[in-house]
Amino acid sequence: MKHKLKFSLMNSSWGVSFISAAMAIFIGLLFGFIILLISNSREAVPGFFAILQGGFADGAKGIGDMLYNAIPIILTGLSVGFAFKTGLFNIGASGQFTMGAFVAIFIGIKWTFLPGHLHWIVALTGALIAGALWGLLPGILKAYYNVHEVISSIMMNYIGMYLVNILIVKNIHDKIKNQSLPVAKTAIIPKAGLDKIFETNNMNIGILIAILAVIVIYIILSKTTLGYELKACGLSPTASKYAGINAKNKIILSMLIAGALSGLGGGLLYLAGSGKYLQVVDILAPQGFAGISVALLGMSNPIGILFAGLFIAHLTVGGVNIQLYSFAPEVIDIIISAIIYCGAFSLLFKNIILKINKRSSRQEASK
Amino acid sequence: MNVIYFVAQQTMFFAIPLLIVALGGMFSERSGIVNIALEGIMVMGAFVSISFLSIFQNMMSGQLLLVLAIFVAGLTGAVFSLLHAFASINLKADQTISGTALNMFAPAFAIFAARMVQGVQQVQFLDTFHIAKVPFLGDIPVLGPILFQNCYITTYIGIGIAVMAEIVINHTKFGLRLKACGEHPQAADSVGINVYKIRYAGVIISGMLGGIGGLVFVVPTSTNFNATVAGYGFLALAVLIFGQWRTKKIFFAAFFFGIMKTFAAAYSAIPILKTLPISNDVYKMIPYIATLIVLSFFSKSSQAPKASGVPYDKGSR
Repeated sequence: MKHKLKFSLMNSSWGVSFISAAMAIFIGLLFGFIILLISNSREAVPGFFAILQGGFADGAKGIGDMLYNAIPIILTGLSVGFAFKTGLFNIGASGQFTMGAFVAIFIGIKWTFLPGHLHWIVALTGALIAGALWGLLPGILKAYYNVHEVISSIMMNYIGMYLVNILIVKNIHDKIKNQSLPVAKTAIIPKAGLDKIFETNNMNIGILIAILAVIVIYIILSKTTLGYELKACGLSPTASKYAGINAKNKIILSMLIAGALSGLGGGLLYLAGSGKYLQVVDILAPQGFAGISVALLGMSNPIGILFAGLFIAHLTVGGVNIQLYSFAPEVIDIIISAIIYCGAFSLLFKNIILKINKRSSRQEASK
Repeated sequence: MNVIYFVAQQTMFFAIPLLIVALGGMFSERSGIVNIALEGIMVMGAFVSISFLSIFQNMMSGQLLLVLAIFVAGLTGAVFSLLHAFASINLKADQTISGTALNMFAPAFAIFAARMVQGVQQVQFLDTFHIAKVPFLGDIPVLGPILFQNCYITTYIGIGIAVMAEIVINHTKFGLRLKACGEHPQAADSVGINVYKIRYAGVIISGMLGGIGGLVFVVPTSTNFNATVAGYGFLALAVLIFGQWRTKKIFFAAFFFGIMKTFAAAYSAIPILKTLPISNDVYKMIPYIATLIVLSFFSKSSQAPKASGVPYDKGSR
């Protein structure tokens, strides 16, 4: 009886996933601590606590910063995770994110004829559509021309980056700072008092929109026929074809939705009114690649992705604080990469749990 | 004529690292392991080998130092890739997991280590490796200026690697076994090939070439290393798929992309292109657009290794 209780958490697949994620996080943090110890043993302990404290070090403002950091990577994480579910690797979240950001800013600056309460909604919708289009092309190329989505979305990342550079310079260029101009006040996402609660100007209802996106994707994946068909294509393209699912359409639709999510993420970040502008530089948006980490850590599950995004944002804020102890903030990326790597052990871990369970049930049977 | 020579020389700087790294990717994928960690492996190889350069450049210089650095880069890449091999072969994990982890780890580690040791993240080195003109060979008409002037020995090493790769993969026992493991590991296992060992070898070779590619990318184009290889690892992945996982096609794919990149980077030195009223960024976009278009025409019959990306489980035979 005792055994049963002990392993009841381990018997459910959710429980196993949770335990292996917790193990991965623990090992990753331990690894980070060792790195800190090696590089500067005197400051390692306070530095490590700054990382652990993360967003909770600075009262409400710290939490606000954490949420602000989490919004874009939750969206790109959803984007990558959603495509994973359909068996596609959307490495192009970066380009979709940038296109979304640009269109949001463009509408935010140019379309001032829109009434105030509509302006930001239209700008965000524009971001969504731009991202969707940027995901659509690799989808079509994959479905009809058999072009590997990884290579086409890598190409689309660069094309998007250079295209946005061209479009910024032509249309909305701040020549002195070599970046985009500020958007109109009406295009900034409403704060709805959240800035007061979290004592930071970066906070707005964007976090609610991100959570809404998580819920919508969750419903699509687990409660609709479409979601079922998408997942079926991901698990076995041939079997789903046999079952009468139009795999080509599903691939295109999946990339379209994935792109829309990344694009929305771009819009949410650059319409936050946080003093962030699109720079004219030849660097791919890092949020897209962070999305891969978030999706992997969240095991492509929308709810998991929400928490993974919050967790990575939490560590990111910790990374800003750790500079007080003269550590480079990159130690956060080292920790996150170690955590993701440990995710690879989850299969091994699950097998071990299965073995233990089997043994205990066999023992019980022999009694 | 001078313009043509200039373009040819510049193309080498872009095409050779792509070629080396894509060939590395080929060894891994033909053995059945997708290696999206190439970017991270390049960064790691470049970081360690360029740190090596900056430490030892006071004691020696020139080609000997560069050759030693290439060994260091290859060794670093091979060791680093073991992490990917372990996760994808022994743990049978999804191969994007460890790939993503390695890609994230390498630049973070390079910046962190550089800043903790020397305060700034750029690692400087002296370029004592540039060859203005190879004696005798540089005087050959046409071929001399294209291949043997304004060059680095890395060009010849890259071409040497391509020839070796072609021989190894198509004309040796090891190459045939490697391909068998990527196409049908169960069949390979049934005739006594150790699939795990062969796949380890594939990943280690890809790590070695990835590390070398990182160094080869940085040396001709810069005098410091700033924890990035500008997405060349991902581009090499694209070249690998573009080249249909075959040595000769990868060679052409790398040079196709390299020439396109050269036009983008050096268009202002090419009189015809400079007079056109096209902005800088348009030229930069062209290589990527061209690759997409070419791919959509030639991808109908993909020759990807059949078992690539699928963990091999002995029990599921």
